[in-house]
Amino acid sequence: MSSTVVPAATETPRLGEGGPTPRALRRRSVRHFTATDALVLAGSLGASASLVWVVFYQLTFLAGAAGYVVCTLAVFLAIYYVANRHLFGRMAAADRVVAALATMAAAGVVTALALVVAWLVAHGYHLVSVTFLTRDQKGVLNTQPASAGGISHAIVGSLEEVGLATLIGAPAGVVTAVFLSEVGGRITGLVRTVVTAMSGLPPIVAGLFIYVVLITELHYGFRGFAGSLALAIMILPNVTRTTEEVLSVVHESLREASMALGAPAWRTVWSVVIPTARTGIVTALLLGIARVVGEAAPLIVTIFGSPAMNANPFSGPQEALPLFVFDYRSSSVAADIERAFSAGLVLVALVAVLFLLARIFSAMKPGTVGRLLRPSRHRRQEALS
Amino acid sequence: MSTPRVVTTDHLFEDRLYRAGVKSVGIGTFVLLVAIGAFLLLKSWPAFARHGVISFLTTTGFTTLGHHPSFGVAALLYWSVVIAVVAVVVGVPVAVGTALFISEFAPRRLRAVLVTLIDMLAVVPSVIFGLWGFYMLQPNLVGFARFLSVHLSFIPVFSVHSSVYSSSAFIAGVLVGIMIVPIVCSVAREIFSLAPLGEREGALALGATKATVIRSVVMPFARRGLAGSVMLGLGRALGETVAVAIIVSPSFIISPHILQQGGASIAAFIALRFGTGGQLGSAALLGAGLVLFVFTLVVNLGASVIVNRSVGGRRA
Repeated sequence: MSSTVVPAATETPRLGEGGPTPRALRRRSVRHFTATDALVLAGSLGASASLVWVVFYQLTFLAGAAGYVVCTLAVFLAIYYVANRHLFGRMAAADRVVAALATMAAAGVVTALALVVAWLVAHGYHLVSVTFLTRDQKGVLNTQPASAGGISHAIVGSLEEVGLATLIGAPAGVVTAVFLSEVGGRITGLVRTVVTAMSGLPPIVAGLFIYVVLITELHYGFRGFAGSLALAIMILPNVTRTTEEVLSVVHESLREASMALGAPAWRTVWSVVIPTARTGIVTALLLGIARVVGEAAPLIVTIFGSPAMNANPFSGPQEALPLFVFDYRSSSVAADIERAFSAGLVLVALVAVLFLLARIFSAMKPGTVGRLLRPSRHRRQEALS
Repeated sequence: MSTPRVVTTDHLFEDRLYRAGVKSVGIGTFVLLVAIGAFLLLKSWPAFARHGVISFLTTTGFTTLGHHPSFGVAALLYWSVVIAVVAVVVGVPVAVGTALFISEFAPRRLRAVLVTLIDMLAVVPSVIFGLWGFYMLQPNLVGFARFLSVHLSFIPVFSVHSSVYSSSAFIAGVLVGIMIVPIVCSVAREIFSLAPLGEREGALALGATKATVIRSVVMPFARRGLAGSVMLGLGRALGETVAVAIIVSPSFIISPHILQQGGASIAAFIALRFGTGGQLGSAALLGAGLVLFVFTLVVNLGASVIVNRSVGGRRA
């Protein structure tokens, strides 16, 4: 009996038996990069850089770093294609060139960002000090050096205006997102289109609208609050679009479970959907705020600007960081332009902090924010479970 | 025997209240958009009424003071479009290339870093771009502009009549081109990521290179969505205000010479001239704002229709 149980599979003759063993199946890599490839790349780069240097700089008088880089990259692509085609054939050459193009584009974008930040830091850092952040420009004369006065009034103005704008625009934006994602109806398509259109609204138009309604029609005057309203118009569509995306990710079974327990729809949204999506909503808000903190255009036509500290956004003209930068950089006094650079650096730092917070929140697991906000209650829940 | 509980699909009273409240906010956004257009039209009416709408759209100068005011948005609109087109020509290839790099070439870890960096570029304030563009980009680009005008002047757009190469539509356009990269890139990336995986792998299995996959699978699939993202970028570029205002110096001559000084977009012009020009000037600026509003609205709506159709139902 036992002799019948023979491991037959190993005994059966295979195809190709006796010949060379079949090549092991290897995963085909679509992005290998060998030493030869690296050499070709380096060679092409060197050749194009020197060729452009000789032909364009020396013979045809090209000037400026930007032009040199553009010409070098164009020549590089040509040389790179020819070299690869000679070595590996047409198809491989086309592949390499496309990869090089895509890499160049990405590298270019990152370089642009790095250049903007590096340039701003290099030109703005030396003025930033405690006095610069705590004094205003009241009574500062043209003849005084850049270190006189500061931008506290602009910082306070910006924070107040953006804070008020968030208080108005963010809830409206979240509720609109709730409408689009949770309530719906016949007009959903219309509202979504409107929100999309508003997210592309030129900032200056948002400002002009508030100017027309509040300042020319209601004679409210140039005030921080007018700027807040203009910024709120900018915040709303951003928050709505991102929040809607976050809400749509909330699992349907959570809503159904809540409904099955007999909760009314508003309760489901308030106690289940929004808490689940809270980290995402906070991220949406922070990104929306980061976008509008630096908007100068709507403020040009609504808050007017003022060199003195005005902590009351509901009375009299106010200053804001982006407006300060815009106004002072057009001055003919060198000290004012230096101030604009430093104020710009402070503004970018503010935006960076908001952006970083948004990143931190977006990396959090759902529910973390609630735990941070209400630690005691959560501990109680943990004790129960 | 007790009667069975009646199950209805009617909403509770509190839910009706909630739905009505939420719906009214939704309608509010629509009302807001209509109100923006309506109020701008109302307040700019004196400017339109002065010489008629046609005149406002075809006049190039902007004199609103004195006895013979003559103003219109023709030149401003022309330069807005020129700057936006330069921006699209510069920005879209870079944005699409970056999106391709992220979706097709980059290693996973680099991908996340790049996405973060591009999001960061999107939140850099436009006034900062303006400063950087004026003090760093412009000095470096002027030489290139001169180079183009000297060696490629047989192409009309590269010819010049004056030798001042700063504050040109070209430089403003390049700067705005950098600024529209994030929005175009994020839309393009989303579209590329939706390219059918089966066809992608099929092409690779047949021995295609990545370039072939991009050309024969990704691009045919993404073509329409890309057109939408280009329009989206165009809309943003048209509305860009502060950065352009810092670069350009307004002139009212319609000419094809994009490399020489002159030309201002509507948005930038409003920012530069706001508060000057008296009662009529203010109405005229509002009229210019209305033209910009309508123009960007049309472009953006067109873009969103195209993008939504090509992303196709994935976003409900």
